[in-house]
Order: sequence, then C-alpha cells, then structure tokens
Amino acid sequence: MSDELSILVIDDNKIRASIIEQGLRDAGHEKVILVDQMDWLVRQISEINPDVIVIDLENPNRDQLEHMFQVSRAVRRPIAMFVDKADSHSIEAAVDAGVSAYIVDGLKRERVKSILDMAISRFRAFSRLSEELEEVRTELADRKTIDRAKGILMRSKGLSEQEAYDLLRRTAMNQSRKIIDVAQSLVIASGLLGD
Amino acid sequence: METNLRPVIAGFIPLLDSAVVVAAAEMGFAEREGIALKLIRETSWANIRDRISVGHFDVAHMLAPMPIASSLNLTSLAVPMRAPMLLGLGGNAITVSTALWADMADAGADPSGDPASTGRALADVIARRRDAGAPLLHFGVVHPFSGHAYELRYWLAAAGIDPDRDVEITVLAPQVMADALRAGQLDGYCVGEPWNTAAVDAGTGRIATYKQAIWPDSPEKVLGVTEKWAEANPETLASLMRAFSAAADWCADPKNNRELADILARPDLLACPAETCLAALSGQIRLGPATTKSVPGFLTFAGGATAAPMPAHGKWFYEQMVRWGQAVHSADALEDVERIFSPDAYLSALGLTGVSTDNVIEMFDGVRF
Repeated sequence: MSDELSILVIDDNKIRASIIEQGLRDAGHEKVILVDQMDWLVRQISEINPDVIVIDLENPNRDQLEHMFQVSRAVRRPIAMFVDKADSHSIEAAVDAGVSAYIVDGLKRERVKSILDMAISRFRAFSRLSEELEEVRTELADRKTIDRAKGILMRSKGLSEQEAYDLLRRTAMNQSRKIIDVAQSLVIASGLLGD
Repeated sequence: METNLRPVIAGFIPLLDSAVVVAAAEMGFAEREGIALKLIRETSWANIRDRISVGHFDVAHMLAPMPIASSLNLTSLAVPMRAPMLLGLGGNAITVSTALWADMADAGADPSGDPASTGRALADVIARRRDAGAPLLHFGVVHPFSGHAYELRYWLAAAGIDPDRDVEITVLAPQVMADALRAGQLDGYCVGEPWNTAAVDAGTGRIATYKQAIWPDSPEKVLGVTEKWAEANPETLASLMRAFSAAADWCADPKNNRELADILARPDLLACPAETCLAALSGQIRLGPATTKSVPGFLTFAGGATAAPMPAHGKWFYEQMVRWGQAVHSADALEDVERIFSPDAYLSALGLTGVSTDNVIEMFDGVRF
C-alpha cells in the first residue's frame, strides 16, 4: 500500500467541496476525489476505495453511507467510525462545523486528525463567507428600500435628498426604530395608497 | 413570562409523524407546560444521533430502534439513551413499482394489501425471476436500525423470502425513494408517509401492504433522550411528555386533520402539498390509482396510555437486531432494552396508574412475542 492517503470528499455544494480540496492539496495530499453526484454512491465508493471519507452533514445520504459500512460487502475494506470515538473534542468541533469524517479501520489517528481539522476549518471559513455574502445582499436590499423611501418623501413633500434622509433618520430616532424599518413602512404604506 | 420558560431543543426529521413535536411547539402545548420548545429540522438520522450525542439537541424525534442501537453501541458516536414516550404508531407502508405489482397481481396478490397474500405473491415472482436468471429485486429502507427495515424483513421472511439472499436491501433518504423507484434504482421500498402516497399519486408505485397490517398498533417514532439528560432534567422531561401527550391528543382529533396538514406542509417543515399529508392523517389510503382503503389506525397519534413505550416493544426490536445479525444476543443487553423502553417515566408524568405493562405482541402471521 502506498503511503499516500486517498481522501473522498462528498459534498452537494461544489464550491465548498473545491475549497476543501484545495486546502487538502495545499497540505500535501495529492489524492483528493470530489463527489457531488449522489447516484450510485455505493458503486462510486467501491471504485474509489478511499482511506478517508469526508461528508457534509447536510447530505441526506449519510444514512446510506453508514449502512454501506455495516454491510462491508459493498466496500472492499471495512470502514469504520466517525474519527475516533474517544476524541470527543474533535467530534464536537466537526459536528459544530457541519462535517463528518469516516476512516478506514486501522488508519493512524494522527494522520486523520490533520485531515479532519483541515475540513473543519474550511467548513467554518465557508460558512463565514456565506454569512458575509448574505449580509452584503441584505445591505444592498436595505439601501434600495431607503432610496425608494427617500424618493417618495422628495416627491410628496418637495424635500431635497438630504432633507428626506434626515426626516427618515429623525423619525426612526423618535420612535426608537431602525431607519430601514421606517423606510419599509413608508414604502408599503405608499404602495397601499396607490403612489 | 418568557424568561420563566425552560428552553428545550428538539431535533426532528420532516415526516408526518413529527406532528406531535411540531404541534407541541406551534399550538402552545409546550408553553403551557412551561417549556420554550425550539425545533431544529435535520436531514438524516445519523445527524439526529450525532447531534443528540454531542449535546446540540436535548431530545429528538427518533426511529424507535435508534435508542436501543445507540445504547448497545451498535452504531458510531453512540451514547446510552432512553425512549420514554411514543410519538407515533404505524404510518409506514411497503410500496412496489407498478411493474412489480403487475407481476404480483398475476401471482394472486390481494389488492387490499393483506400482508400474507402479497408476500406469497412476491415469493412466487422471485422464484420465477430466479428460474429466468433475472437480477435480484432491489428494496429500500430509511435506516438499518428502523421499524421500516424490520417490517420489510419480517414480511419477506414470513413469505419464505431470505432478505439477505433473495433480494438486495439498501438505505435511502425517505424523500428520494419515489424518485429512485421511478428511475428503476429500486423495485420497492418501506417508508413512512407521505412518501408512499407520493409514488401512488405519481403513478409509479403501488402500496403492497402496510405497517398496521404487519404489526398492528406498533411503535414507529419515539421521543429519544440521552440517559445523561434524562437523569439531569427529570422535571423538564416530565413536563415535556405532558406537553407532547396533549399535542398528540390534538393531532389525533379528526377535526384538526386539515389544520395539521396545512402546518406540516409548510416550507420550513415537510415542504409538500397538504393534500399528500391528508391520506395518512385521515386513514384513507390510496393503495393504487383505483383502490382507496379505509385503514383505521394507519397512523396513530395518542396521548394517554397508548403513548407509553412497553418493554415488549423494545424486546421485539432487539430480537430483530439479533435475528438479522446486527447484534449478538445477551441477557445483559435484554435488561438494558427493558430499561430503555420502560413506560414508568411517562406513566408517572401523566399520573396514569393501573396500566398493564406486560402486553403481548401478535404479528400478522400469528407469531406472538
């Protein structure tokens, strides 16, 4: 058996999968295989015959994967366990991050740990990225709503843009609400009134 | 007011029989018992097990055999667990492809789903396929440690079919079963509703038989809780079971079928048409395109004594684990199982006394446990 570990990454999210792949390659693992197509999972795994399997917890095929390990007919070598049962810290960190790993029986724990740690940190980085993206999206949508509210005030009250914004801000402060909430109410009310 | 509520986090899988947990949170039953119940939807049973093991969830909607498998260390990341209450009885069915049903019907399968008759017909079809050198039929279940796996195996074995030799059994997520049937990856499956009705309505499947006919009034989902959490929070657990019991009674009332179906159909819960949920909730089962059958108790929600787990239930599941090579028989394990499925905590929380706990299980083929 060659010293090179083959690592199978199963993830429906192609972007996240490739981020993990890159991380593992940067860490010197050459044999990283990505699977995002879930059909014929059993056949794919028996063909790839990996030493370590990393799977995202959102994947509904986890139960199928575990079943496969129980009836090891499908996979040439017995595969077992979610890292090492005794290492509860790693397990918690993995579940927190949304990833699970299975390893071939008898593989050295230290070698797997670095792979799992990499997957965990990449998963975390990815979800941070997703959150930031979501924030940016919300921010953009908020800004559009505020612009519309300003437009409504400018038209109906003959205000300048700055005056319209000041009015929104003052109203928000007086009512202890956020500017976006006031703007939203105004846009909705204006829609109802047929503006 | 809200600050006095005790928070409880519950994991669930989007299935019809998550109704009790959902109703407890949505209809105010949990709050009335002083509990702020937070539900977290999960995508796989393995996640439910892992997240309750690491403490993300306090309790969970679980397959009845799961707390046993976990306590006996038969799966990875296992911890000692209890199943102090039943969340649903029945609710599963065995669906076969329309092509396989045509062969079974030729072999005399009862169109109204009698398990002895449909099993015999399937055995005939399998024997004929073997003589013709056809490939093995492929069946799906949702988890190796599930009522579905044991019902399917029991039904097959009662008809003289060896589930490990005469067919292939694989595990697939419930929501993809109907697609796998249509794509020809499966010839049949055992799954909870609404995923049988979904295949019948799509014209790709035919319900061959159902859980209520195989093992009447049998447990399907339980409230799963780690032994550690149960011992540290006995009062919260008791309040929670009272809330679930009241929610179960509400779910069981036919008046509420429509409202319950509408809630469960929501995109954040089952995300399916409310009509699809109604078949099992009302017990009007569409076995095939032209065959609707009224099956009382097809899926039962009930508070009161019906929701009490019985040691016999646990022992039946354990016997199936031993029968199919998942566990080695031991007297110690059997004692553990009786404790896992003890009705005591539930009966005492509900103040129920004089309930007989030595019930006998009778299967469709007359075998008694």
